[in-house]
Amino acid sequence: MPPNPYLFIIVLMIAALGFALGPLILARLWAKKFSPAKPGPDKGAIYECGLESKGDAWIQFKSEYYLYAIIFLIFDVETIFLLPFAVAFTGLSVGAFLAMVIFLLLLVEGLAWAWIKGVLTWR
Amino acid sequence: MIDETLRSELQKQGIVTTTVEELYNWGRKNSVWPLGFGLACCAIEMIAASMSRWDLARFGAEVFRPSPRQADLMIVAGTVTKKMAPQVVRLYNQMSEPKYVIAMGACAISGGPFKQGYNVLKGIDRYIPVDVHIPGCPPRPEALLHAFMTLQQRIAEQELTGPNRPRHLRADAPSEFPVPEFGDHDLVPPKNPDVWQPPHLIRA
Repeated sequence: MPPNPYLFIIVLMIAALGFALGPLILARLWAKKFSPAKPGPDKGAIYECGLESKGDAWIQFKSEYYLYAIIFLIFDVETIFLLPFAVAFTGLSVGAFLAMVIFLLLLVEGLAWAWIKGVLTWR
Repeated sequence: MIDETLRSELQKQGIVTTTVEELYNWGRKNSVWPLGFGLACCAIEMIAASMSRWDLARFGAEVFRPSPRQADLMIVAGTVTKKMAPQVVRLYNQMSEPKYVIAMGACAISGGPFKQGYNVLKGIDRYIPVDVHIPGCPPRPEALLHAFMTLQQRIAEQELTGPNRPRHLRADAPSEFPVPEFGDHDLVPPKNPDVWQPPHLIRA
């Protein structure tokens, strides 16, 4: 009677587990037998740049910057769509052209809104 | 312990004998990863030593780690100003054991041409234990390679057990060295007395 074909998978799985866990266990045993743990406040510090971290990570971040991100997005999305639009321009139907113009106007409207709001003025 | 003559006799017949200690040190000395940081012009020579012309990779040490937690060796390459000294000591503290230090160049070992200045540390060995000192301003890459080989030799000689075992294997040895702070006129403390004592001058 031939052995169960899944037996090999189980054997390989056990070998793989041993391959992964063996070194870890050996390292643990080595540390226990020979090299003592040497923790410390500096060694356990979060940052490793040599400087002590100052202040708190829970600080308020100026939310105004989201406007710059949004305005960047207007131009970014516009560029992505304008290039294929320009390439396919001669073969477009009137409906497609109108759809694209409406889309562009939507983006321009956002830009106009930001402009009126004074976002484009550097303070 | 196996007899040396028997051992060499066996080796001639193609049988290699070794000890755990030897194997351990052999592996360690051939994979010393330096911490990638330079402080002044010596760093240029250190970079040159790691590049193809001098090729530090031959010694298994080409992997300059950007994190102290992955590094074994700190090459203090350049002038340590008093502003920089706390950071250097803190980085040394953050390295995991076993760790080694090569002080490269006149500035790192003694302050060099800036020794009489007010803002340069007169040798990093005042705060952290230095294994190999290299003189020179700056030392050539060959000098760094020599220091590296010296360090490898020292690692190979370290004992795994017994009273002479190195610092990282002793539980009572300190894991961290005090980081100096900026005082009114100088770093506080100006030196770590456990690591460095001023040379005792005897006037004849």
